Amino acid sequence: MKTVIQIAVALAAALLGAWLLPRYLELFTLINATVFVSMGLLALSLGLIWGFGGILCFGQTAFFGIGGYTYAVAAINFGDTTLAVPLALLLSTAVAAALGYLMFFGRISDVYMGVITLTTTLILFKFANSTAGDEWNIGSAPLGGFNGIPGTPPLNFPFDPADQLAPDQVFVVAVICLGVCYALAKLILRTRFGRVAVAIKENELRAELLGYDVRLHKLGLFAFGGFLAGLAGVLFANCVFVSPTMFSLSYAGQVIIWVLVGGIGTLVGPVIGCMLIQALTTYAGTLSSIDPNLLLGVLFMLSVVAVPKGLLPTASNLLARLRGRGDA
Amino acid sequence: MDYAVVVALQIVSGVATLVIVSLGLAVVFGMMRVINLAHGEFLMLGGYTAILSYGHGINLWLSILLLPPIAVGLIGAVVERLLIRRLYGRMIDTMLATWGLSLAFIGGVTMLFGNSVTGISAPFGSFAVGRFHVAGYDLFLVAASVVMSLVIWVVLKFTPAGLIARGTMQNAEMAAALGVAPDRVYAMTFAAGAALSGLAGGLIAPVSGVLPTMGTAYIAKAFITVITGGAAMLTGTLVASGLLGTVSTVFTFLTTPVFGEVALLAVAILLLRLLPRGITGRFLRRAL
Repeated sequence: MKTVIQIAVALAAALLGAWLLPRYLELFTLINATVFVSMGLLALSLGLIWGFGGILCFGQTAFFGIGGYTYAVAAINFGDTTLAVPLALLLSTAVAAALGYLMFFGRISDVYMGVITLTTTLILFKFANSTAGDEWNIGSAPLGGFNGIPGTPPLNFPFDPADQLAPDQVFVVAVICLGVCYALAKLILRTRFGRVAVAIKENELRAELLGYDVRLHKLGLFAFGGFLAGLAGVLFANCVFVSPTMFSLSYAGQVIIWVLVGGIGTLVGPVIGCMLIQALTTYAGTLSSIDPNLLLGVLFMLSVVAVPKGLLPTASNLLARLRGRGDA
Repeated sequence: MDYAVVVALQIVSGVATLVIVSLGLAVVFGMMRVINLAHGEFLMLGGYTAILSYGHGINLWLSILLLPPIAVGLIGAVVERLLIRRLYGRMIDTMLATWGLSLAFIGGVTMLFGNSVTGISAPFGSFAVGRFHVAGYDLFLVAASVVMSLVIWVVLKFTPAGLIARGTMQNAEMAAALGVAPDRVYAMTFAAGAALSGLAGGLIAPVSGVLPTMGTAYIAKAFITVITGGAAMLTGTLVASGLLGTVSTVFTFLTTPVFGEVALLAVAILLLRLLPRGITGRFLRRAL
């Protein structure tokens, strides 16, 4: 019942946002908001696999970038984004599944897993950076090295390449995607598969002794995380454009910070953490005296040392305690 | 024939570079089980120390061999005191906090020195092998990697300090009962690891150039090397460097440097699939 209410509230909020915000925000702010929403989806993907699957993936940006790049390359080649989107989702899910297979079936401990996923995204970053020049064209799409693909085509209505979505329509699509993905994640956690995944996170050995296939469940959750991150990449490609930055260390780091600040073990927390910190870094970017990396790094350290549980759980604990005192 | 000699030299110097950039990390991870994601930035700070002191007219050898380990060792001691000490035993939190540290160092250095590449020209010039030229500094790096490994081995194996450090890492409570202060041993070990990273930064500064984000180029390789090496930190790091360095250099020769790195990663992931506890988890278990 609680899940149903949460999903209903989230979907209502998404619809309200999608209906209301384009009326009141300027175009520039709206495009920025679309970036925030796509990042929020990325945060949701990590919040799901880390908070509920106990899989510490430092390179969630790998699937984010692969989603974005696949979408851009396919859309340029097909001249139509209808098939580019499923292709991007398929590829990012498949890469996550392949990497997950090597990690989970190799029974690598979570610390090594963090390092391997981080290395994966860094290698992709270097690879994408080195793809300048004509020999790196895929079909008619140049990968463009450091500059990325500036002419990433925006989404169009299915099978109608001429009818491209305007930025405010992209925003609506993004917000609805975020709401639906949240609902999907909540629903998955309610299924038998989701419960087993959470049980594995709580006590891997016990779950295994009870006869559940730990490796397969982790793999499934990880692949779904790759799917969500890939979708986030597609949305991001729609409002900015794809470039190697999508794989970069600072993005990979930021995702972790969002989840950490928002609260591990919740799904809304990471999205809220993402929005707050995005707003903060956007603001810090306008200050010329402080480097945004410095600010992020200090925030990161502080949140590990001072608020290890994250904002949302800490806040709700505080609220519960205050309420408890009120009753007494 | 000449070509074969050149390729062989490149492989040896590729392996040596991998050893140099990994040792500091191997000491901190192998001894303390602390994953220091700011390792790359310790290299970077070592590089900046070398560049700045050389720029102020200090002798080249002092600037790359002596000052970087001292400066970064001190920074490491401060970091241990302020950050790492609060998080012992919480492996994931340590990783996250040192990642924050790494971002903060990158941001801070960018603010201080700007986001541009500076460099020192490598000493020794080059010498001829038949039709080819080989940089003399590459051979110096090979020698440096051998000396660094030997010093670590001798210190850990034959000095009282090394014995106390190894004992504390094996059983901190027992060491404390015998009158050793584990806190101080941890602090010294972390500072020593940082000093090694600083030295590595000074050593590679003439070949790689120095910029705020240079650490990210090495961190992935260093980690993969240490983890592929497994439990025995020195032997593991040397064996893994030998293997991965060879693979990456051979692929660099066959294709491009980027594919050299991709091959390194791919081999490492496959190795971890076969030997999840690293090379020394299966072979050479009793080595140091």
